[in-house]
This record gives sequence, C-alpha cells and structure tokens, in this order.
Amino acid sequence: MPKNDTPQIDTLTYEQAFSELEKVVSTLEEGGATLNESVGLFQRGQALAKHCSDLIEKARLKVTILEQSDEAPGEFKG
Amino acid sequence: MISFDQLTPPVLQVSQLIRFLRELIESEQVLQDIWIAGEISNYTRAASGHLYFTLKDQTSSLKCVIWKGSALRLRMNLRDGMAVEAHGAVSVYEARGECQLVVDALRLAGEGVLFQEFLRRKALLESEGLFDSSRKRSIPEISARIGVVTSPTGAALQDILNTLERRYPLAELILSPATVQGDQAPNQIIAALKIQNQKIHPDVIILARGGGSLEDLWAFNDEEVVRAVAFSPIPIVTGIGHETDFTLCDFAADLRAPTPTAAAEQVSPNIADYLDRLCKMVESLSVAVNQSLTLIEDTISASTDRLMRVSPRGQIENNARRLDELSSRWLIAIRHAYEIQLAHLTNLDGRLAALDPQTVLRRGYAVIRTEDGLTLRSIKQVNLDQQIQVQISDGEFCAKVNTHPAKHGRD
Repeated sequence: MPKNDTPQIDTLTYEQAFSELEKVVSTLEEGGATLNESVGLFQRGQALAKHCSDLIEKARLKVTILEQSDEAPGEFKG
Repeated sequence: MISFDQLTPPVLQVSQLIRFLRELIESEQVLQDIWIAGEISNYTRAASGHLYFTLKDQTSSLKCVIWKGSALRLRMNLRDGMAVEAHGAVSVYEARGECQLVVDALRLAGEGVLFQEFLRRKALLESEGLFDSSRKRSIPEISARIGVVTSPTGAALQDILNTLERRYPLAELILSPATVQGDQAPNQIIAALKIQNQKIHPDVIILARGGGSLEDLWAFNDEEVVRAVAFSPIPIVTGIGHETDFTLCDFAADLRAPTPTAAAEQVSPNIADYLDRLCKMVESLSVAVNQSLTLIEDTISASTDRLMRVSPRGQIENNARRLDELSSRWLIAIRHAYEIQLAHLTNLDGRLAALDPQTVLRRGYAVIRTEDGLTLRSIKQVNLDQQIQVQISDGEFCAKVNTHPAKHGRD
C-alpha cells in the first residue's frame, strides 16, 4: 500500500477508523493479497482496532454551547 | 331511595338526608362528567397522596379532591391562585354534608381554546403536506456531530447530555440555545435551527423540551416553527414533553421521540454495541489474515511443485533413471556374454578331456620318466641299467633298463 494512501491513524475519528478496519478485513477476506500486503493489512487493521478501542476508552462527550442568537430568523425553504 | 308520604312532612335523620342528596346528585348524568372553571385556593397535599383544594370564583367556592391515582397522572404542579378547569364528577362528602368535586383531570384555563386552535393548525399544515411520511428522512445510524436546540438551563438538555455521555461519548454536541416557552420562543427556535443548518452542519438536530402543559409547549405548535422543522435541510428528531404530549413539530419532524432522553437515544448507537462490533471485527481480522496466509502457502506449494518439475534436479533424476536402465541393460549384456563364455568353456572342457593323458593311459599307454621326473621322449635319453619311473592308468612302478637301448630304423 502506498504511504500517502494511509493517513496517520491518530488523526482518524472512530467512524473513519472503524470503516477502514472493515475495508481491511474485507480486502483480506477477498484474498489475492501478497504476503507483504497481507502482513501490512493485518498490522494496519490491528493498529486501527487499537485506535478504536483507545477512543472508546478515552471518550468524553464534547459539548459546545453557542451564543444565544438574537438575529431575526430568516425563512426556510426546502 | 327513600320514599316520602305526600301528606305528612317527613322527619329524617341527617345522614338519611345527606345520603338522599348524594344519590340524587350522583344519578344526574350531567354532574358526573363536567368541567368546572375556577381558581385554586387552600391547596394541600395529604400524606396519603390525595390532593385537596377549593375552586372558587368571585361569589362561590367548591371543595375538590384528586385521589392519589389521578394525582399521579397529573402533569402540572398545582398552586394557589392558579386558574384552572377541573374535570370530574360532583358528589357529596357525607361526613360534612358538603358538596364536592372528585377531579380526574385538570387543565389550565384556556387550554380548551388552545386545543381547538391546535386542531385547526394541524389540519391546515397537514393539508399542505408538511406531515407526509414521504417527506421523512431516515436518521443517520451514527451521528458524530449532534446539533441540539433547546433551553440551555432546562432539564431536557441535562437529559440529552446524560444519555449521550452514557451511550455515545464519541459524539460532539453543539447546542444552539433557544428559549422554549413564551413569546420569544418561536423566533429563537427558528433562529437556532437556522444556525444549525447554515453554520454548524451537524449530522442530525435534536429539538427538545421538557414536559409541560399545552400552553407551555405552545411554541412547538407555532406555524413558522413547524415550517422551519419541516423544511430543515438537516434531519430533525423531536423530543418534546412526555410520552402523551404531541406537538405539531412532532408531526413535522423526521422522527418523533417521546422524550428528550429518547431523542438522544435515537441519534446515538450504544457504546456497548460498539465494543461488541469492534471485538467481532478484530476476530474477523485474525480469521481473514489466516485465510490469506493459507492462500499464499497454497500458492507457494503449487509453485514449488512446478519448480520441481522444471528444475535440474529433475534432469538429474532422469539421467539417473536412464543410467539405471542402461546399467541393467549392460548387466544383461554381461550376463549374456558370460553365458556364451561359459558355453565355450564347456565345449573346451570336452575337447580338453579328449587331450587328457589319463584317457590315453586308460587305452594302455604308459608315461616313462627319469628319476628326475623328466619325461622320456627319445631313446637317446635312455641308458642301460638306468632306473626309470613307469606310470600307467591306475598306478606307477620303478623299472630298470636291462637291454641296450636301440633306435628304430625309421629314423
């Protein structure tokens, strides 16, 4: 796998990491990867899984409260 | 019921009269299903859970009771001075001989009017198609960013925060605060929804408020608010009031949850399910990599087989086999040659036997040697009185030459 295709795992959100993990697993399941690729995919998968579990472990709900707006509301049209 | 003599004025016990009045009142259908409007006074809550108060207007007052069972279903806190409409059945409290209303439902004065208005607006917006199920979008299974529109100080926000913290702490919650009750509420709710849609762009918006009376929730029946909900580009989940409360925003939303807590649950997966899914995925990863390695192993062993077929080792083995073949052919040839030789030998043997001196001796010849063992071939080798060895076919003896050796005339 080329390096620029694999973003730093630390920067991924849980959803991104988990969906990449799913892709790694299905690529491996499809077969046809070389030994090098298989080992690379497996290591990437393990790192993604660890990142996911770390995120769950450390997760604290992030809360942002905006300023109350006194701006006159505009119209919504769908 | 007591029957009276028309001629003689009756004398009744007090209790008889009161019982009579009670039965009279309770048999009157109109008095058993009636709304009474008035102001609450002398409100008390008994330890038993029953509620007592007096309803009064400018000239009269009426004792009221709400039994515990009905009191539990009451959705508002009563206080003195509150203008209400009480529904129930008129009866008589026999111990005091007092008329009383047994209340089973209570609403703030004017709610009846509000409810008519609610129905009118609902019909109007419904006819515009704002509540059509075809308009409803599905709520994303996972929302990383959750927009919330509610009061920053209300219980609804607390419920939502608690629920998300417990179920899905990976989320980011962005609150655009709005007053959810009173004249300012509709405009603020619309403005907050607009900010969410145009600046925050969350995956989903929760519009929420804690429980209250129809009047408390009135902002969520505001036509413009309902339109803002219906036309919101981002899907909206409402969690307004309690299970039994329905507002027009609920009808217009993509999904109506019965409470703020339930709304938060609707937009968040349970983190426990996440861990479960993650574990399963890690398992799949191991299985998949094993499969992949097995495939590679198979390929390698297939290649090895092919390699073996084309390798010099094969050549060498072929040569060895040929050599073996040749060797065995050579052996056969040798053996053949040997047999021929053997046959030759046997033949020679026969011819040799013919030359055997013994055979000649058996025909009556003798071999004569000197004492030195020299075979006598000529008369010249013989002298008078010479000792000689004579060998015949089955033995030998010594002899002495007693005549002068004479040569035959043929020489």
